[in-house]
Amino acid sequence: MSTILDVEKLNLWYGDHHALKDINVEIPKNRITALIGPSGCGKSTFLKTLNRMNDLVAGVKIEGDVLYNGQNIYDPSVDVTWIRKQIGMVFQKANPFPMSIYDNIAYGPRTHGIRSRVRLDEIVERTLRDAAIWEEVKDRLKKPALGLSGGQQQRLCIARALAVEPDILLMDESTSALDPISTGKIEELAQQLKEKYTVVMVTHNMQQAARISDECAFFLLGELVEFSATDKMFSTPTDKRTEDYITGRFG
Amino acid sequence: MTETTASAGKLKKTAGTQATLENGVHAVFLLCGVLAIGFVLCISVYLIIAGIPAIHKIGFIKFITGTKWMPTATTTEPSFGILPFILTSIYGTAGAMAIGIPVGLLTALFLTKAAPKRLSSVIRSAVELLAGIPSVVYGLVGMIVLVPLIAKLFRISSGATLFAAILVLSIMVLPSIINVSATALDAVPQEYESASLALGATKTETYFRVSLPAAKSGVAASIVLGIGRAIGEAMAIIMVSGNVANMPGLLKSVRFMTTAIASEMSYAAVGSLQREALFSIGLILFLFIMMINAILNLMIKRKKV
Ligand SMILES: Nc1ncnc2c1ncn2[C@@H]1O[C@H](COP(=O)(O)OP(=O)(O)OP(=O)(O)O)[C@@H](O)[C@H]1O
Ligand SMILES: [Mg+2]
Repeated sequence: MSTILDVEKLNLWYGDHHALKDINVEIPKNRITALIGPSGCGKSTFLKTLNRMNDLVAGVKIEGDVLYNGQNIYDPSVDVTWIRKQIGMVFQKANPFPMSIYDNIAYGPRTHGIRSRVRLDEIVERTLRDAAIWEEVKDRLKKPALGLSGGQQQRLCIARALAVEPDILLMDESTSALDPISTGKIEELAQQLKEKYTVVMVTHNMQQAARISDECAFFLLGELVEFSATDKMFSTPTDKRTEDYITGRFG
Repeated sequence: MTETTASAGKLKKTAGTQATLENGVHAVFLLCGVLAIGFVLCISVYLIIAGIPAIHKIGFIKFITGTKWMPTATTTEPSFGILPFILTSIYGTAGAMAIGIPVGLLTALFLTKAAPKRLSSVIRSAVELLAGIPSVVYGLVGMIVLVPLIAKLFRISSGATLFAAILVLSIMVLPSIINVSATALDAVPQEYESASLALGATKTETYFRVSLPAAKSGVAASIVLGIGRAIGEAMAIIMVSGNVANMPGLLKSVRFMTTAIASEMSYAAVGSLQREALFSIGLILFLFIMMINAILNLMIKRKKV
């Protein structure tokens, strides 16, 4: 089992607020890693440090290293657009562009130089199928994406992220707005994805974490309390706080 | 006890006066509204009544396609063709927009997305100031700085040309383009931009391919507003365009529809065909502006759907 993302001594401040404290973690390749913890503990913040989306927040300060295949993504010589293409992201809140469904998906590939109509058509169909939404939208690809339901929009965003063929997919509670059937489809998709990709997902749903993740990280107040194989964390957690959280005693 | 009744009485009384006051205010509002509509109607009707006779006498086609404007010719037949004015107004506006739209949009993008907050607010107040400068001042500055410069640059005897007018107009339309499109760009949700950046697009790509399209109805409105401003301007351009009724050319002295009216109305004899024809020019200009407003309204309605 090889490491794809190696986080070393990561600290993050939003102004004076110390949001991530000394995070050390090795995220394995071709696995699903779940991030759990109570609201406000820094899961989204941590996820966004992995593809440098936190750079965009004014007044943020980041220290420490994130090594992607041995390369520090915070090194000044690194091309941040390349990092973000390799490490894709689905946001907590669905955010399709105000364009057609087709153009939403084609946006990423076009950005990276794919112009051929045939290839774009192929990418659009494949990613929409992967994200379990093709049947619902295949007859309205030219219609505005904002006309879709919230759950459909989130699946569209997943398809859009897949369209640039990332190496790692970061998902921030991507199923929280979905019905059980779509959730099941997305979970199934995640399982398939891990053959080719690495998935890191934030979830508030303990059953979901237990069901689909291989590794699990528990955050509390900006600290990484425990990181271990999911089976182990849910059967024999080493930290008392982890046990309290997953048994629902707080948070 | 007595105190309570007294204050209750007072309350009743205030309620009564309040209702009267309210009714009074309503009446004033209504009056203002009616007056505003009344003025618009009066002006439209007057323009139509005053503009029709000359068009009728000269012939509509001959009037708008004639290339010679010699209303006071004595040795030859006087000629009333306003094509030079119409074309000058169209070319002048188009030229001003050709410069004003790219500069204005890039400025708006810079102010809303790229510039540091402090710098952005300084430039924004400068742009607002630009909007408040009277047009005669634009004309003065253009006359003193721009006109001689153009004369020197192109080695022509007079720099008072269509080109000078276009440059002055393009600066005058900037505030409306910048302010209105900056407001639209500000309203673009940040999530759109995050999504684009997360797909590996650069910031510049994101601004042009996501932010600008997302703000397109506001941007379009700003452009139409700018066109309206440019086509209706008279004072600033009368001072820099030479005011000669030539067919338009970039380095020729020209006369616009607006400046034709402004410069001849003062000496056109009452009751003369020349004076009537000036009203007809006003009518044609009015139709142009109505058309632009109709387009604007259409776009605003489309935005709501
Ligand atoms: N842009 C920001 N500026 C300032 N503080 C922020 C910002 N984003 C997050 N924070 C703070 O950092 C902490 C961690 O936030 P984060 O969004 O990572 O939590 P989370 O674990 O994802 O919570 P949730 O489960 O509710 O999504 C919170 O205290 C939050 O208030
Ligand atoms: Mg979150």
